[in-house]
Amino acid sequence: MSGARPDVLEVRELRKAYGGLVAVDGVSFAVRPGEIVGLLGPNGAGKTTTINMVLGVLAPDAGTIRIEGLDLRTHRSAALERSNFAAVYAPLPGNLTVEQNLRVFGLLYGVAGLEARIAELLREQDLVRFRRTKCGLLSSGEQTRVSLAKAMLNRPHLLLLDEPTASLDPATARDIRGRIRAGAAGGACGVLWTSHNMHEVEEVCDRVLFLSHGKVLLEGDPHVLPAVHGKENLEELFITVAREPLTLAPA
Amino acid sequence: MRAGRVAAVALRQSYLIRGSASRIVPLFAWVVVDIVLWGFITRYLNTFTASYNFVPALLGAVLFWDFQSRVMQGVTMAFFEDVWARNFLNIFATPIRLAEYLSGLVVSSIATSAVGLVVMAVVATAAFGLSFAPYGLLLAPFLGILFLFGIALGIAGAALVLRLGPAAEWFIWPIPAIISPFAGVFYPVAVLPGWMRLVARALPPSYVFEGMRAIILGRPVPVGALAPAALLAVLWLLLACAFFRRVHRYAVRTGLIGRYSAESVT
Repeated sequence: MSGARPDVLEVRELRKAYGGLVAVDGVSFAVRPGEIVGLLGPNGAGKTTTINMVLGVLAPDAGTIRIEGLDLRTHRSAALERSNFAAVYAPLPGNLTVEQNLRVFGLLYGVAGLEARIAELLREQDLVRFRRTKCGLLSSGEQTRVSLAKAMLNRPHLLLLDEPTASLDPATARDIRGRIRAGAAGGACGVLWTSHNMHEVEEVCDRVLFLSHGKVLLEGDPHVLPAVHGKENLEELFITVAREPLTLAPA
Repeated sequence: MRAGRVAAVALRQSYLIRGSASRIVPLFAWVVVDIVLWGFITRYLNTFTASYNFVPALLGAVLFWDFQSRVMQGVTMAFFEDVWARNFLNIFATPIRLAEYLSGLVVSSIATSAVGLVVMAVVATAAFGLSFAPYGLLLAPFLGILFLFGIALGIAGAALVLRLGPAAEWFIWPIPAIISPFAGVFYPVAVLPGWMRLVARALPPSYVFEGMRAIILGRPVPVGALAPAALLAVLWLLLACAFFRRVHRYAVRTGLIGRYSAESVT
């Protein structure tokens, strides 16, 4: 905990199975205010399933999710007012302009002073010249910036980012990392970030969780964790988690 | 219920419609075709008899039935925009409640079906002399019952597509045509066989069209039947909402919302 403020996200013993396949198996973790936590793991490790459960679009079989102390199951609407997300696989409708999308989602999130907030985000994300452009006509990088503007609309205390820089060129990706980092620093916003780019994770995340077969295998500081497990860097550690998880001590 | 969230769903639909001729034209094009076609048919039928006016009997029935269909399609079209834009994850990860989302679809439908109704009324009265005066104050309950039942059909149709996937859109369009033989749009329910009459009794529009025919024929209007018909329409609406809620819960339990376009759940 950070002072008297509750964790922005508290996940306890989360479990989800699809038929006989256990996608998430007893996952517990927390995200503190101002902290960026990396949720890492190979494809199929359970990252997106976990994020979908935190977003409230997938019901867990067991376990609890609390956003700023609010149980997502019993206080879904109030809890989701405090969170937001951006994911590479969930672009905003391409048949609406940037401004229209932000207005619609601003209303959905109940943003006060919406027009001023939209203008502010358009400036922050360098989108002013695209405000009347349909999102489907934008480049991948521009669409990602629109998704991030949407994700920041309600000044969320919990921000979920599922591979936000996937498919972006390195310069754009660095730019976007900087914007998110600046947004989280010193604020009340905690970030849960998934990425397959370990250099990015080292640059951005304060703490990482490695998921393997639906369980948290490792947890710690991304700058320290590789050495603790005898690896040169985070990428090597990731590859070991993906190929030989049994050789690593569980978290 | 937060009005802002309801407005957001309706606003999205208004943005889409006002910027797109391919969405504006269907609001009135097909109903105008229907009115023109049936207008000439009724005009032709009137040449065979002077004792019966087919204009209110047939053209009026077509107008009212098309209104109900437009109401249904107003709901389903607004819902399909989320299907086509693969927007479920974005929408359902917001604080919006199901009642707010459905209310937004209904508000969208009120606006779009009103356009169709006004255009139909103008064409039918100006070109074929249809008059609404004989219906008097009963026009309000007639339209109200058809509106409620159209909303119920739209919500049930949306639930079906949510459950079965984008390809199930095909199931939705013929729903009004499947119901119309039972609803007695063009003929008295009494001409139907017994089992079809039973189905007709469960359908609120059948009471509306029976009432309309009674007015046209100068018979006593079964006003007493309209209150149960309105309650029946409300019941259908509640059932449709319950069906949507059930399907939504299923979608949240199975992960359907996150991978909707895959049509992985059958």
